[in-house]
Amino acid sequence: MSEVPILSLVTFLPLIGALLIFLGPNDEEAGARSARSMALWTTAFTFLISLYIWVTFDSTTADLQMVEKYDWLGGAINYHMGVDGISMLFIILTTFLMPLCILASWTSITKRVKEYMIAFLVLEALVIGVFCAQDLVLFYLFFEGGLIPMFLIIGVWGGSNRIYASFKFFLYTLLGSVLMLLAIMYMYNEAGTTDIPTLMEFDFTADVQMWLWLAFFASFAVKMPMWPVHTWLPDAHVEAPTAGSVILAGILLKLGGYGFIRFCLPMFPIASDFFSPMVFTLSVIAIVYTSIVAIVQEDMKKLIAYSSVAHMGFVTMGLFAATQQGVQGAVFQMLSHGWISGALFLCVGVVYDRMHTREIAAYGGLVHRMPVYAAVFMLFTMANVGLPGTSGFVGEFLTIVGTFQVSTTTAFVAASGVIFSACYALYLYRRVIFGELDKDTLKSITDLNRREVLTIAPLVVATLFFGVYPLPIFEVTQVSIEHLVSGYDAALQAHNASLGIVPEPAFTFEPLTTTPPAPAAGHH
Amino acid sequence: MEIANLPDLGPIASELTLAIGGMALLLLGAFRGDGALRLVGYGAVLLFGLAAVLVIGQPNETVLGFHGAIIMDPFAKFMKVLILIGSAVAVIMSLNYLEQEKLDRFEYPVLIVFATLGMLMMVSANDLLALYMGLELQSLALYVVASFNRDSLRSTESGLKYFVLGALASGMLLYGSSLVYGFSGTTNFPSIAEAATGHGMPLGILFGMVFILAGLAFKVSAVPFHMWTPDVYEGAPTPVTAFFAAAPKIAAIALFIRVMMGAFPEAVAQWQQVVVFISIASMVLGAFAAIGQRNIKRLMAYSSIGHMGFALVGLASGTAQGIQGVLIYLSIYLVMNAGVFCCILAMRRAEGMVENIDELAGLSKERPVLAFVFAMFMFSLAGIPPLAGFFAKFYVFVAAIDADLYALSVIGVLSSVVGAFYYLRIVKIMFFDEPAEPFEVPLAREVSIVLTLSSLFTIFFFVHPSTLISLATTAAASLSSGAVAVVGH
Repeated sequence: MSEVPILSLVTFLPLIGALLIFLGPNDEEAGARSARSMALWTTAFTFLISLYIWVTFDSTTADLQMVEKYDWLGGAINYHMGVDGISMLFIILTTFLMPLCILASWTSITKRVKEYMIAFLVLEALVIGVFCAQDLVLFYLFFEGGLIPMFLIIGVWGGSNRIYASFKFFLYTLLGSVLMLLAIMYMYNEAGTTDIPTLMEFDFTADVQMWLWLAFFASFAVKMPMWPVHTWLPDAHVEAPTAGSVILAGILLKLGGYGFIRFCLPMFPIASDFFSPMVFTLSVIAIVYTSIVAIVQEDMKKLIAYSSVAHMGFVTMGLFAATQQGVQGAVFQMLSHGWISGALFLCVGVVYDRMHTREIAAYGGLVHRMPVYAAVFMLFTMANVGLPGTSGFVGEFLTIVGTFQVSTTTAFVAASGVIFSACYALYLYRRVIFGELDKDTLKSITDLNRREVLTIAPLVVATLFFGVYPLPIFEVTQVSIEHLVSGYDAALQAHNASLGIVPEPAFTFEPLTTTPPAPAAGHH
Repeated sequence: MEIANLPDLGPIASELTLAIGGMALLLLGAFRGDGALRLVGYGAVLLFGLAAVLVIGQPNETVLGFHGAIIMDPFAKFMKVLILIGSAVAVIMSLNYLEQEKLDRFEYPVLIVFATLGMLMMVSANDLLALYMGLELQSLALYVVASFNRDSLRSTESGLKYFVLGALASGMLLYGSSLVYGFSGTTNFPSIAEAATGHGMPLGILFGMVFILAGLAFKVSAVPFHMWTPDVYEGAPTPVTAFFAAAPKIAAIALFIRVMMGAFPEAVAQWQQVVVFISIASMVLGAFAAIGQRNIKRLMAYSSIGHMGFALVGLASGTAQGIQGVLIYLSIYLVMNAGVFCCILAMRRAEGMVENIDELAGLSKERPVLAFVFAMFMFSLAGIPPLAGFFAKFYVFVAAIDADLYALSVIGVLSSVVGAFYYLRIVKIMFFDEPAEPFEVPLAREVSIVLTLSSLFTIFFFVHPSTLISLATTAAASLSSGAVAVVGH
């Protein structure tokens, strides 16, 4: 099984596709046609191969699987790939969304199609690499490398204000990441390696953890994005082409959450615990504030972008609760938000392709001309709100339950965010879909065509299936997350013991909030 | 030692080759006239190749020559090969340009050969006198090359500026050397190191050291001795600028390292603060001042100031790891620089060269491959992975973090973000803006070969980085082990 370098194969397969497109016909028309189909075949093929990872994945162990390790920079920095229960599903999510992105850009991208497809395939390779990398430098390489294709995608194929948006996107994320790079260097000097599994075992002192945590936080908080460093996201989303938005919301935002769960929690448990009140505060501000901001938006994409920030607030909250349910919920929420927000952007893209405006006021009464579209949009609006039966519910519910055990206040405020999300989502839906169809420009609008149905249908299936039967995802993540949480708790206990406050903190510190659910968790 | 004995010429075989070969080329040119540019040019490239072979053939250990005035070690080997590559590329890039601009005089390659000879001597200097000799030989040739387009006001002005300010810097360096000699009684680096140990270091030596530092900082165009750089870069003919940005910088940094690690290894605490300051100042100024530039050559001048700041980050750490970082930085910088200037050489219309960055507008539509390669160089200069420039920055900052220089590192990476802005702007102009008038003239064959090689290196460096890294490790180790030996006295 481990004979085939399956992870490298999945990572670099899109690059081969990109190369073939590059070598393809140069003539405008033929080049575009062959680039489109080549990109679609490559991404679809990559998806199929990545499913093989899921099939052969052993979900009974928290160890790394399908490991590949080669010399790279010499010394302690190696090419080390591997997956565990946490990262594996993100790879599948990436390969799953990519063909849909290519389909979504089939007709809407008309200029420089070749370059567009190459940029997307390179981006796919880099993102998959992020989730596979088990070496910090390698991780950083993929993590930052993704900026280049995304910068070009927004800047070349974006909307009218694309230059501002692309610069803001690039510089914001770069600024956060360079601090993380310094932290990586410090860890390399301190521990003598950048191997992620080794570093997880390495105990940094509490003081050092604080600084390292802040440096990593700077990078992932921007990427996530958390309030107050989220402002690049609405701009980037609005200006990016539809497929760019799907990738941005569906996958790139997950890099931040993945970073938290992969680095901050297991490597700096003491600092994570210390800073968790701050993260909770920022998370609930994000949930409540950006939800309210979303209500008053007049641009559909901007509204969904703000709702993404709010949903990512649930993720950070659940992660730093560091309970089994919280982390499970956060991972699930990230995956589910991946296809729900992707689907919402695709829905916006559908009407944008027809009307060339994202202004909410330009629409209204679409249900009369586009019944299928109205139904699909309804489903994803509800999923975005977190209606039970859709996958949006599972993640939100679990993160709130997980946080409740640690901080009732946080959970309470966060739960109110669910109501706000209902406000903006339903309000958007009413203005766009319901009402009279009185605008002349809309009189001839057509319903979803076959390509669009094909693009959105897989997302409908995923939303409903995992909404009622989330078990396949939990099965994969369970053991790895248990391992993570128990390691986290053990590190905290050891730290408290070393400070000489052995059993006290657990009781004096949190009885107000945790005593009732604690026994319940114990009985599990 | 008997007087009749000739000194061992082994360690300076490559310098001798260049000296004799350069004079032969001069004769050849004098007999054949100005039409001999290509012949003399290829002859110079051949000479550089021969010298590089001789350098690589040197033993992998420290050899002293001329009573300790000349040193040949893996560090010198590494640096000399880099310099020879830089000079050879500069000659190759310039041939077609000189012909087009009607500057095809055979003295050009000969001057480059002599400048390179000076650089090699700088790298091997183990004595203040050898240092000065190499430095001046290099500088005099460079002054002439800067004003090579003598009918152009800008070019002569740039040569004159370079000469006046360069002479000032040489003066400071000489003054510093005389102070050091006066207080230590020797010009030999290891002997100075013995005199300048720890707290007992005489104040005069410290003063002298700071003056030497100032002179060297001028040569690497580090802030606050950078003022000449934008004017000289802008005024000099483009291939000359390309040459200035690479080989002389590498030689000057090598000399910088040699003096600091060789002559003042015990005074790290004293020179470290100076180097930290000029490093921070260069990075910050390079990043901010370039934002306002419209002329691509001025922009590259500020960019090179910033890059020298980054290279000095490695030296500031004062460790073998730091030196290794500097070596990797310089190697990668050399290649990126050659590539960028190849792209700049392509900015040519029927009426001549254009230098305004707005002229690049929409290049990606007219010349997609050129634009792509140019963009990759920009991302690489900005230090974005997975391009080569990232690894360059990575290794110098690893060393700085290891030496606990946190403020330096944080300011450094933040200024690299600011710097990313102006590199991105060039990408933006090429990719996002509407096309301007296209560039008509295709690149000369030899320039496109250089461009292809340098872009392949920049983009695919990450595939196999370990060879360069281990070479740099060996070179850096040789230097600091020498320093340790001196400390052991």
